[in-house]
Order: sequence, then C-alpha cells, then structure tokens
Amino acid sequence: MRWNRVWTVARIDLHRLFISKDYWIPMVILMGIFFVFIPWVLLGVVTRPQSLEIVAQIGEVLTSLPGAAGDVVQGETPQARAAYSLAVFLLAPVAIVVPLTISSAVGAQAIVGERERGIGEFLAHSPLSVKEIYAGKLLASAIPGYVATLVGFSIYALIVNFRAGPLVGGWFFPTTGWWLLILWVVPPFLLVALSIIVRLSARVQSTAAAQQAASLISLPIIMASYVATSGFVLDPTLAAAIVGTVAWIFAIWGLASGARAMNRERLLGVGIEVSKAS
Amino acid sequence: MTPKMTSPQSDPSEGIHLNGVSRTFGDIRAVDDLTIGVPAGSVAVLLGPNGAGKTTTVRLITGSLRPDAGSISVLGLDPGKDGDEIRRRCGVVPPKPALYDRLTGRDNLVYAARIWDVPQDTIDEAAARFGIDDALHLKVSGYSTGMRTRLALARSVLHDPEVLLLDEPTAGLDPESARAVLDLIRELAGTGRTVIMATHLLHEAEGIADQVILMGAGNARAAGHPLELAARYMKDPVVIIDAENRDLLKDLDSRAGVKATSWNGALHVTLESLETLPDMISELVTDGVRITRIEPMAATLEHLYFEMQRQLGEVPPPQVPS
Repeated sequence: MRWNRVWTVARIDLHRLFISKDYWIPMVILMGIFFVFIPWVLLGVVTRPQSLEIVAQIGEVLTSLPGAAGDVVQGETPQARAAYSLAVFLLAPVAIVVPLTISSAVGAQAIVGERERGIGEFLAHSPLSVKEIYAGKLLASAIPGYVATLVGFSIYALIVNFRAGPLVGGWFFPTTGWWLLILWVVPPFLLVALSIIVRLSARVQSTAAAQQAASLISLPIIMASYVATSGFVLDPTLAAAIVGTVAWIFAIWGLASGARAMNRERLLGVGIEVSKAS
Repeated sequence: MTPKMTSPQSDPSEGIHLNGVSRTFGDIRAVDDLTIGVPAGSVAVLLGPNGAGKTTTVRLITGSLRPDAGSISVLGLDPGKDGDEIRRRCGVVPPKPALYDRLTGRDNLVYAARIWDVPQDTIDEAAARFGIDDALHLKVSGYSTGMRTRLALARSVLHDPEVLLLDEPTAGLDPESARAVLDLIRELAGTGRTVIMATHLLHEAEGIADQVILMGAGNARAAGHPLELAARYMKDPVVIIDAENRDLLKDLDSRAGVKATSWNGALHVTLESLETLPDMISELVTDGVRITRIEPMAATLEHLYFEMQRQLGEVPPPQVPS
C-alpha cells in the first residue's frame, strides 16, 4: 500500500467536503451544540448562586460514588465540586458522539456515493489498489470527525475553565482522563464504527440506505462508548487505558476485515445491480 | 486504412486477447465464451446493442471484473494477477464521464495525475489537446455534456496509456460534439495506441475501425476488418433502385437471382450477377415503372451490420442514428 496514493484519495474527498457548505455548516452547528451551547448553559446553571438545589442533588450523587471517584473530584465548595463533576464526567461521552455523527455521515456515502456519481467506475479502472481506496475513504471519513472533536475539545476546555475555573481554584481542564479520552479512546471508537460503515457503503444500493445503516451502526457504538466513558468516574487513567486498548483491538480487526471485504466489483456495484434487477 | 491481422492467434504478448471468456451476474450471462483478439496498435470497435456485453468486456480487460471462465491477456499480462500494472498502462473513458462536479476541471485532472503518478505539467497539454484548456478553472457542474466528455478523454490520456478503452464515448452528445469527439479518437488512434471502442452507434465505427467485433448476447458474432466482413457477408452486388411508382417494384423479389429489401423507401436489390441488371431494368421500364434512381451501393458499416445480423440471426437490431 502506497500512502501517497491513500492520501490522494482522502485529499480529494476532504477538498470536496471543505468547499461544500451543505456539509460543514451542519457540522459546525453540531459542534456548537455539544461543545459550546450545552456546556455553557449547564455550567452556567450550576455556577449560579441561586442553583443551590441542583448543586445539592449533584452533591448527593457524588457522595454515593465509590471512594476513588470522590477523591478525583476537585473543589472546596459543593458548587465547585458540582461544576467539576459536570465538566469532567457528565460531558465526556460528547467527545464520542460528535466525531461519530460527523464521520458516519461522510463514511456512509464513501463508496456508494462514488458509485452514484460514476466515480466508482473511474476508481475501479485506476491503478489504485482496493486497499488504498478503502484506506483513503476511511481516512477522509475519520479526519473531519476527529478534527471537529479536537477543535471542539479546545473550545470546550476554554469554556470549562472560564466558567468553572474560578470556583474550582484555577484552570483544571483538560484532566489526564480527558487527554487519554481524546488521544487514546476516541480514535479507535471512530475507526471501529467507520470500518463497518465504509464496508456497508460498498454493499448498499443507495446513499439513503447507507445513511440508514450508518445510523444503526453508530447508535450501539455511541451507547457502548457512553457506558465505557462513564467508567472514567472511578479511575480515569485506568479506565481510559483499558477501554482504549480494547477499542484499538476491535479497530485493527475491523479495519483488516473491512479491507479484505472490499473489491473492485463493489466499486462498480455489479453484484448490487443484479440483485436490484432480480 | 490498411486491414490488420485480427485473429485471436496474433502475438499474445502484445495487444489484447480474450479466449473463451465468460462472466455471469446471477442468472444473467453478460459475457458468454467470448474470444477476440486486438493486435497492438490497432483499433477495434465492439459493436452491438445495449446488453450485448460490451461494458462487461471493457471491465474484464482492465481486471476490474474477474472472468468466471477463460483467459485474458492484455499487453502480455493477466488482468487477474497484474491488474494494477494493466490499469496503470490503460486509459479508460467510462460511459458516464465520472467527474467530480463540484470541483474544477483542473482539480479533476490533478486528481488523476496524482493517481497515475504523472507530472502535473501534462495537464495543460492534455487539456489543450481536447480543446478544454480554457475551461479548466471552471467547476465541472457548469460544463456541457460535450465538455465533460472532452475532459474525461483528456484525463484518460494524461499518463500516455498504451491501451485506450472507450465505452460509449459519445453517449448523450449532440451530433456536433459527437463528431468532434470521434475526430479526437481518430487522432488518438493514429498515434499507435491500441484502442477498443464500445458503441451501439454504427456510424461511429466507420473510418475508425481496423476491426469490427459484432457482439450479441455476450458473444462475438463476427469479427474482422470492415472490408473483410463486407467480402464475407456482402458477396453479391447490391443496387439501390427507386421509382415514382414504387408499388410496381413490389414483385421484383419474385425474379430469379434477385433479392430485394426495402430501405428508407428505396429498394436494396441484391443480384447474383450485375450482368442481369440491364435486362431487369428494361423489363421494369416496359412494365411502366418510372425509375428515378439506379445506383450501385457502396457497402457502409450500417448496411454491413444489418446484413450480418440477417445472416447470423439472433442479434437484435441496433439503434440507427437519425
């Protein structure tokens, strides 16, 4: 596999996405909702002096957690501890939801979209190997989601520190757990989902069907990631290490299996045309 | 144009050779025991109606599809094993131009240049060759169908391929653009490349083909240089006869050694020998036929096609250009 060719395939898709407002405007809105609006509002609520009842409820939840979790939460006052918990634990799964949503939208049409445009025929007759095409499409799907996450994560860090920092006692975000989440856990979850979605994109008849299938794939992965990241409350470093390692194993298996399943006939859609006709 | 050797037994290390190739999709037998040979540097036209197996044949040649049976040799290589190398040395124009609409013409060519690993300075040269260089900065969505085809043609020759595979290159074009594209293909064919053009339009093969391969139901019904085929399938002289009172010509078919078929109103009369023509004309005049036209017919590919079809049977009629 020649990586310059993989990058050629990925780059043209990224270029198309970059100049396509109907793609990146919803992406920016999604990022805005999850990384800016929701944290801004929620942190705003718990840091208000009038929010004593909410703060008390969060405090009760925190006291019911195992001892290790309690040790992790920083802050001298109940309000500070509530703000810290919200910023560090409650919104952690957002880091998975955003890239999966964005990337699955691109990945879903990675192959079937090319076929509908006739580009599948061009790629099938090109000297690119199917593995290079698969890897290129996968990369082009993963990059927008992951870049959006990195940008969103940076903005989120600023918001968290700006709103909750003064209560907690200074800038405290990102924590070690969040660094591990973004750099070690999110990428394999994204790759697991995309390895299945791009594979499905080569098998379905239309982009609409691919989008449906992508939603079905994304949902359980988002739920799994939610469950996994909630374990960060107990011991962020250990949880991230375990969850990330398991996810990487699945990702590597998924990518290898997806690459093996690709062939030129899927780019041409010949088997699909026949099943459609019959 | 000099007829070239068109037998599948020509040097297998050169050109394109398919031997007993079959490919099915479910219950559909797209290509059925197909044997053809296209010598290096020659132009072959795959001629046949839609569904005859032309596109599948092109896909088999580049190795994009694997055959169920038979063997294929392209430039001495097996597409099943050396597909990447074959595709590196082939230029393909698919039936749909296969371009990114939201990108400019140049972006599309840059993409191909990177895939084939050729310097980008070849882009302007290829674009100029097909008269599309002035529009390279425009988005392809604004291109006419003719411009798209020209861009696809320019893309197909960027890497200076040894083999060109053109699948319905004039599909959807207006007559003027189609003629311009055919002229460009003629020019390419003159540069020593091996060219296979699939088409269902008979006139497109005229003047281009070293070899016409008549396809039907996934098989080559007949193959050869147009002159060879004319000699094979149009042995008897044909004369076009027309008259003011055409109804009086209807009994012409009943004469010994005469076979008449109607074509656009006029009669195509096949004679066993031209020596019978003077007597036949004299008798027609005596019978009151007011003859307006008597013309020996030069065998065009179109007539040849229908004559082959008639003699071979089975092949459904192709689309005749209006």
